[in-house]
Amino acid sequence: MPILPITYVSTSTREMSSWRTSKPIIEYSKCTRCAICWKFCPDVAIDLVSDPSIKSPNEKFSSLEAPLINLNYCKGCGICATECPFGAIEMVREEI
Amino acid sequence: MPLTIPREEYMQQGHTACAGCGATLSMRYVLKGMGPKSAVVVPASCWSVIPGELPYTSLKVPLLYTPFASAGAAISGLREGLDAQGKQDYNVIAFAGDGGTADIGLQGLSAAVERGHNVLYVMYDNEAYMNTGIQRSGSTPYGAWTTTTPVGSKRDYKRENKKFVADLMMAQNAPYVATAAIGFPEDLERKLSVAKSIKGPKFIQILSPCPPGWNYNSADTVRVSRLAVESRIFPLYEFRNGKLTLFKPSKTVPVSQYLYLQGRFSHLYDSEVKVIESAVEERWQSLLRKEQV
Repeated sequence: MPILPITYVSTSTREMSSWRTSKPIIEYSKCTRCAICWKFCPDVAIDLVSDPSIKSPNEKFSSLEAPLINLNYCKGCGICATECPFGAIEMVREEI
Repeated sequence: MPLTIPREEYMQQGHTACAGCGATLSMRYVLKGMGPKSAVVVPASCWSVIPGELPYTSLKVPLLYTPFASAGAAISGLREGLDAQGKQDYNVIAFAGDGGTADIGLQGLSAAVERGHNVLYVMYDNEAYMNTGIQRSGSTPYGAWTTTTPVGSKRDYKRENKKFVADLMMAQNAPYVATAAIGFPEDLERKLSVAKSIKGPKFIQILSPCPPGWNYNSADTVRVSRLAVESRIFPLYEFRNGKLTLFKPSKTVPVSQYLYLQGRFSHLYDSEVKVIESAVEERWQSLLRKEQV
């Protein structure tokens, strides 16, 4: 049997933002970087980034990795907003 | 902050699961636990459409689709093939829904466990045939609405009890059997690392809530799964070397709190909720007795 090349394209090359009816907005001044939103995101749309310029409740937290929502992939399910123990994520209705 | 579950992602963004899908979280946690040296076998289920159509794929590991009844047979063959090539360090995982495990694929699973291949069979339990439009399965719990057990002027909700496949695997004396819920990912990761260390057939049943099928707000997926464990309707346990270990939640909630959150149970009268409550208590007591043996 001849060996055939199998190509594949990662689904991360396409956008899912059109599925969304509301989007999560993180209020970083309340965010303690616990990464619970990252842990429970079914769309893997939350990245953890080291950026000391992102706001934080106080100095201690600014050196930790902050969650950053990638709105290309977020489908707006709202799990992050429900699970955030500090109420730092709010779901805002998308404008058309 | 140290992360409580592995950081690496083997499931990528852009898959076509519904918003708030519990099955997607199950796959994400299972691949995090099993690592890059894995091959996944998926029979007909939600997960046969979630990774995307050719040439797209959302998994960074090899993925093999099989017919509905053959997940057990396919992982057996894949395992033996890899072993023949000397690739013993690869993990072979079946990732099947409850229809492909409790109903159609039960013989394949049972036979694979009987033959004793070194494989992991993961059942993501969303309690109905969700991909084809919420038809009742053997794993649908008593009292639930589905499209084949409709509730209208005639209240035709499901009258039969849920089939617990993990209990069946325990009866078959599989080397490792566990139940898990996506609301407790650290517990699931620990169970996966135990499963990884055991040679032989392993079975893990993960409760994966489904927002359209269970009819609740997609934001509540993790909450529903946590309530299922805290209300004891879905007990978490581990069965190893013939010994059962039952997880006793520190906080318990009434079963009604779990039921009222979901539209599929909204037709139930208080008397019917009582029936479910007593059945849950009975099962909990029987598990406690099994633990003490």
